Amino acid sequence: MKMTKLAATLAATMVVAGPTLAETLHFPSLSYRTGPFAAGGIPFADGYSDYLTLINERDGGIGGVPIRQTECETAYNTERGVECYQSIRNDNPLVLQPLSTGITYQLIPRTMEDGIPMHTMGYGRTSAVNGEVFNWTFNYPANYWDGASVIINYLLDENDGSLEGKKIALLYHNSAYGREPIPTLTRLGETHGYELVTIGVDSPGQEQGSQWLQIRRERPDYVVMWGWGVMNPTAIQEAANIRFPMENFIGVWWSGSQQDVRPVGSGAHGYKALAMHGTGTDYPIYDDMQQYVIDAGKYAGTGDEVGTVLYSRGMYAAMLAVEAAKKAQEIHGVAAITPAMMRDGMANLEITEELMAELGLPNFGPAFSVACENHGGSGAAMIQQWDAEAGEWNLITDWISPDRDLIMEMAMDDSVAYAAENDITPACLN
Amino acid sequence: MLYREAGDYKTSYVADSQTFPIKFDRYGYYVLLGFAFLVMPLIINDYWANSIVVPFLIYAIAALGLNILIGYCGQLSLGTGGFMAVGAYASYKMMTAFPDLNIIFVIIIAGMVTACVGVLFGLPSLRIKGFYLAVATLAAQFFLIWLFTRTAWFYNYSPTGMISAPTREIFGVPVTGPRASAVSMYMICLCFLVASAWLARNLTRGSLGRTWMAIRDMDIAAEIIGVNPLIAKLTAFAVSSFLVGISGALLFTVYLGAAEAGEAFGIDKSFLVLFMVIIGGLGSIFGAFAGAAFLIVGPVLLKLLLVNSLGWPTDLAAHLEIMIVGALIIVFLIVEPHGIAALWRTIKEKLRLWPFPY
Repeated sequence: MKMTKLAATLAATMVVAGPTLAETLHFPSLSYRTGPFAAGGIPFADGYSDYLTLINERDGGIGGVPIRQTECETAYNTERGVECYQSIRNDNPLVLQPLSTGITYQLIPRTMEDGIPMHTMGYGRTSAVNGEVFNWTFNYPANYWDGASVIINYLLDENDGSLEGKKIALLYHNSAYGREPIPTLTRLGETHGYELVTIGVDSPGQEQGSQWLQIRRERPDYVVMWGWGVMNPTAIQEAANIRFPMENFIGVWWSGSQQDVRPVGSGAHGYKALAMHGTGTDYPIYDDMQQYVIDAGKYAGTGDEVGTVLYSRGMYAAMLAVEAAKKAQEIHGVAAITPAMMRDGMANLEITEELMAELGLPNFGPAFSVACENHGGSGAAMIQQWDAEAGEWNLITDWISPDRDLIMEMAMDDSVAYAAENDITPACLN
Repeated sequence: MLYREAGDYKTSYVADSQTFPIKFDRYGYYVLLGFAFLVMPLIINDYWANSIVVPFLIYAIAALGLNILIGYCGQLSLGTGGFMAVGAYASYKMMTAFPDLNIIFVIIIAGMVTACVGVLFGLPSLRIKGFYLAVATLAAQFFLIWLFTRTAWFYNYSPTGMISAPTREIFGVPVTGPRASAVSMYMICLCFLVASAWLARNLTRGSLGRTWMAIRDMDIAAEIIGVNPLIAKLTAFAVSSFLVGISGALLFTVYLGAAEAGEAFGIDKSFLVLFMVIIGGLGSIFGAFAGAAFLIVGPVLLKLLLVNSLGWPTDLAAHLEIMIVGALIIVFLIVEPHGIAALWRTIKEKLRLWPFPY
């Protein structure tokens, strides 16, 4: 087990008045390895940390400056998340990735005030795509509303272009996270003529008896799930129990990892989920990972999460952060960048297919570019399906684009309302 | 030695019945107040304010409130989290509906709204007692959270159901929202805590407090000597909910800034405050402070020690933290079942006799 070295953050937070000039690049990790959401939090944190370790070991850091990692346990609890944020905010954190929509909502105003960039990849506040209001918050390459729209586009494709008269049930985690897709799915329902039934599951989600009773009564054609942590395997188990056709059960990208389907065994065969990036270990980067991190014993956690979907996601998040840091170094011509410079790097990030291939992740994620007006990336995602016999996720579609015009329109409305509430004049930061 | 009572004479009833009759205690209290109001604002930094001191102040108000209900009036309640949510949502609705209203009034009105709701849920206490009442208030907890997550009016129809506190100022200094400084947050919470503690202390010393305690000790006897149980119980619920509502409002507006009913005010909040009261000491104002300090400051200090100083993995530290705090609670309740306040009382007794015990 790798001991996460927290180099005297205590002293730093209590004594240091202003940010110190960094000889290292500080990448904090707001992780959760305990509580009902640990099943998702552990692999993500491991992947995030391992990729940064790989960069240190293989490349000697970013632009010659070594990466310093710190970890703070939030247990997916917003109050502890705020405590973690307070403990690192004066320590030059380059980018925050809380992996929790609740904590994201807490931190958006604080990070805007403190000038610390936050990357909420595939979660958090969707309307943060409007970078003119949310200068310090990024949610590329895809957000919840993209995900909801991709699922509907996929279902349209399955049903020869029409969902007229179909019934879709949304099984959601009853929190800010789970409620995010409801406006999009409602709007799309008006366009495509399907009936939407929303069924909430209270956190953490182990108790779903009445919800599945309702699903049995309503007989929906499809069930879409916005679940996380312990809610996912419970829902898949309940679906298997009532013999709901698994191929009509589609989870969001946070409901589609090995940890979610394995407990159900063969009953989960055929379950589908969104994929915002490739799965499996058939990417060249895993050879480097094996050589520099795993075999060297420098891995985070217990090292047995390597290759799971959420491990890949943590790795992908770290990769995007590292690329943004490189971009920031390029823009400003300094190696030891500050959080403000990091923000410029993120706002001008450009991920091409060539770059992905160069990094050892060919066609792993979508090609996209970030701009001041659009912090959201491309929004494309794929659909993956669980093969219980082989024990692996298979990608069954290519990249599917969301209905971006509608989403941008809705995001504009929401972000402008936020700006009005909080006295923000929408503008690009330079 | 420390408690020198020799020469500390009282010449009037007023002097004899004051809150701190011993000179040493009284001066200690003045020194502490002076330190909290004059010295702390100068030395406090962001991390200490936001992670330790402000949550401690806010939870101490909640513990004071619950202590009035359970410790002084003997009405067992598990609905604290729900009542805190009432305070939070009431302050949110007030802040958004009346943007010009001063935040201090917003918080006080939120406390009053919570008092009304508390009285409503306190009505069953006239018929049921003990564990049955605990279950009834537990229902209040679940009902209130359900109400706040399902009724869009309470969160102003925001798409995600989160409520967020806009920036509000006192004398031009922001106390809520992201621009609020550590000192302003600390000062507003401290003022509310001192006022709450003063209110609680004086109410429990007065005739109202004596009717509460009479009901607690034996309700039938109390009724025979002329205590009206309806008024006694409902005033206890009102005062208790008022303080709990204020703490909920402060937690949301000043500390968290954004909240969601199920996550921020769930059943675990009810238990947390209940544990504060039990560990701190039932029926003691000091106990509310001690319990809040034990359960809020303790885990954070433990985390600082294990993770930041010793460099242990965060997950191991988090698990150990739960085990250590749990074990400490058990040890405490075995050593002193009446809480930290009783322990403190014993220590004081010993100090007064030192060095010549009987």
